[in-house]
Amino acid sequence: MIKTYIQTFQKYRYLLGNLITRDLKIKYRRSVLGLLWSLLNPILMMLLLDAVFSMLIGASEIENYPLYVILGQTLFSFFSEATNGALESVVGSSALMKKIYVPKYVFPLEKVLYSFINLLFSMLAVLIVLMFKPIAASFTMFLIVIPLGLLLIFTIGFGFILAVLYSFFRDIKHLYSVLILAWMYLTPVIYPLSIVENTPVVGLIVKFNPLTWYITYFRDLFLYGTIPNLTTTLICIAYSFGMFILGLFVFRKAQDKFILHL
Amino acid sequence: MSSNDVIIVDNVTMRFRINNEKVDSIKEFLIRIVKRSLTYRSFNALEDISINIKKGEVFGIIGLNGSGKSTLLKVISGIYKPTKGTSTAFGTISPLIELGAGFEDELTARENIFLNGSILGYSKNFMLGVLDEIVDFSELHEFLDVPIKNFSSGMRARLGFAIATVIKPEILIVDEVLSVGDYRFQEKSEKRITELFDGETTVIIVSHTLRQIERLCTRVLWLEDGKEVMCGPTTEVCKAYKTQN
Repeated sequence: MIKTYIQTFQKYRYLLGNLITRDLKIKYRRSVLGLLWSLLNPILMMLLLDAVFSMLIGASEIENYPLYVILGQTLFSFFSEATNGALESVVGSSALMKKIYVPKYVFPLEKVLYSFINLLFSMLAVLIVLMFKPIAASFTMFLIVIPLGLLLIFTIGFGFILAVLYSFFRDIKHLYSVLILAWMYLTPVIYPLSIVENTPVVGLIVKFNPLTWYITYFRDLFLYGTIPNLTTTLICIAYSFGMFILGLFVFRKAQDKFILHL
Repeated sequence: MSSNDVIIVDNVTMRFRINNEKVDSIKEFLIRIVKRSLTYRSFNALEDISINIKKGEVFGIIGLNGSGKSTLLKVISGIYKPTKGTSTAFGTISPLIELGAGFEDELTARENIFLNGSILGYSKNFMLGVLDEIVDFSELHEFLDVPIKNFSSGMRARLGFAIATVIKPEILIVDEVLSVGDYRFQEKSEKRITELFDGETTVIIVSHTLRQIERLCTRVLWLEDGKEVMCGPTTEVCKAYKTQN
């Protein structure tokens, strides 16, 4: 059974790639600089964040505060963009799905991978910005592939669930736009983890929030040159694969039904 | 069941649940659960359908609107999973339904050819090999790098047709679209379709115009309200169908 899965995936891998290129092309079509925007856009964004957050008081609390925010923001935007894309993916491709057989998971997966490619461009932009900062590059930077990969797996799983929910209930979209905002405030994107640690309920939520783990993990490696301990790594792995398996399970259960709702 | 059956539909029942009103918001859903008015009307779009189609057969499906023809095609193509029973197809299925499904307006014809090819499950190398043939057949040479949002509907249909028929698929599904484009292209596309009917490709045709079916098919299934009324040689079934309708 697993073998046939892999075979179909192989067959549709080219489709997956084509859909991603399609999205990239459409995003930058009609612009003179084209694909260069995917690099220029995050650089400009970071310069703005840098300018704004250098002036804020939080700077005294956190080492390299602007970069701290930029990294948090970049990772969170990926999560937000990818999950929103995945949410609409199945409904958005319904016309196609009703006419020809294509494995349905291709659509949410494609949206998440597309956002991930945008994230990689942003990371390149971060590196460029970094060259103008007084930060010693550390070998731990190479390890960022670990939190990036784990975040990707987590996001795919979560995207599967959203895609299913949205195909049954269209108002999930409005609900999710609020949820994702709340989620951002409950993730230490612009504030340090220490300021919420002792608040009773919120502190607990922030602490259990998977994104807190990935973002902190990432910053430790990238910004502070430290390697998170084994427990932290295992917790991140557990979150990722837990969500991935749950998402796959929900999607598989629902995929024969939601075609009737599209 | 013999070894050269390419499509085996075994006791397929397809049940749809139709909400009396369409419930697609959570609010609606919850209110209805509380009021206990979440009622469904279920009906069988297909009921106990069994067919075996052999390699190279041209198989027709006839029936009135809403008799389950398109649902059966969707079950065979794997789009719908039957409520009961199984449907197995051995070989690649290429649907000729609604040409150009999956075209992206902003992309050029060339980009769309590759995108569409990959939706049909073809590899990049394969598409590179047949690109010229597609362009020749659709006669869109000078528009190859034009975004297809600037295409006329006829041009889009020509492109869709050329992609769908560029190879001889093992199983071809034709849903009421034997002819597209202007008169000249219609002749050309009919010729292309009949070329496919040479014994290698298994063809399933759905139509409510009997003339086409009589002309092309070897065997016909007659559906009514999701049930099989008759299945057999074309002349027999068509004769019975005509006397009833």
